[in-house]
Amino acid sequence: MTGRAADESLAGQADGTANGPTDGPTDGPGGEASGGTTRETKRKAIRQAVSVSVATGLYGISFGALAVAAGLSVWQAQVLSMVMFTGGSQFALVGVLMAGGGGLAAVAPAAMLGARNFLYAVQLGPLLGLRGWRRLLGAQLTIDESAAVSLAQFDRTAQRAGFWWTGAGVWICWNALTLVGALAGSVMADPKDWGLDAAAAAAFLGLLWPRLAPRRTQATAALAAVIALVSTPFLVPGLPVLLAALAALVVGLLPAAGSHGKAEPVGATEPAGATEPAGDKEGAGGQLPSGEDGDG
Amino acid sequence: MSNAAIWGTVLAGSGVCLVLKLVGAYVPQSWLGGERTGRVMGLVTVSLLAALLVVQAVGNGQGLTADSRLIAVAVAGLALWLRAPFIVVVIIAAAVAAGLRALGFP
Repeated sequence: MTGRAADESLAGQADGTANGPTDGPTDGPGGEASGGTTRETKRKAIRQAVSVSVATGLYGISFGALAVAAGLSVWQAQVLSMVMFTGGSQFALVGVLMAGGGGLAAVAPAAMLGARNFLYAVQLGPLLGLRGWRRLLGAQLTIDESAAVSLAQFDRTAQRAGFWWTGAGVWICWNALTLVGALAGSVMADPKDWGLDAAAAAAFLGLLWPRLAPRRTQATAALAAVIALVSTPFLVPGLPVLLAALAALVVGLLPAAGSHGKAEPVGATEPAGATEPAGDKEGAGGQLPSGEDGDG
Repeated sequence: MSNAAIWGTVLAGSGVCLVLKLVGAYVPQSWLGGERTGRVMGLVTVSLLAALLVVQAVGNGQGLTADSRLIAVAVAGLALWLRAPFIVVVIIAAAVAAGLRALGFP
């Protein structure tokens, strides 16, 4: 749910090359006949899925604690993790409520952040080839991590295994640890004493960080931050966040080949989601900008 | 906010996010609209997160306040720069803010 590689791989493949790596010899769901290689890649995908699930699940603790600190009940936090099940949106909804925003102001940014999953689902559709109830289940498990792990594999069997193991693994870990966090949060007298408000800010920074590599993205983030800062005293809580999203549309709709030769679209410069070695135990974290870029 | 209003917000937000996933699973890939859709979506994500970060770090209702949160976020940025994992970054930020407040910092 942190996004990381998934956005980059998505944008890089939006031209329909998503099936590229799947054109290999192993296309069957079983993959048994193809021998050891497929089994090997599948096992690798599952290993990656498990480590991503555990790592992602862990910060379900912080979500659960924050949700309760924002005034949600344990059950309300749990419904978000079970049904909404997309971390950025969950943090956004809770963050706006914490800042005093109203219901609509909280739902809108959550929905806008959740729109990523729409793109992932469209892209994963032909790759997963699902029908009936599996298609519904697959849709619900479509998040940054499952998309990233799936798209990072090179044959279809491994892509499917990566998707299901990551989607199900994150769902289980995320929900279990949301409960732990929510229960822990509900015994704290004042969440500020525990620094939970700062933890929420750090969570947004952590979600933002891996996406900041391209120069154009940094400019957008800076513009959005300034808009939010300047408009906060004048707007009811929640609205500055929506206003800042307009910045993205403005920058995103500028002609890409404009200004100074930065013609490459965001994300297309980093197709690494599909090509990076899958062994990295933080497969979804492979997009961290290098130190020099990140500090800029 | 009343409990019923929070439930309404939780259910509405969950419903919208779930529907977005479901619709995505049923539309053909040609509906994506090419590279520009992905680019705009990526930028919307980044600007929302940046705005949420600012509001959470210095916002105080309709006011702006520089307090322990800002220092905690700066330390979190340092931790990210040193490639600390997400959960560690969040815990460090909470610990810094909690520590500063225990020392009497706002």
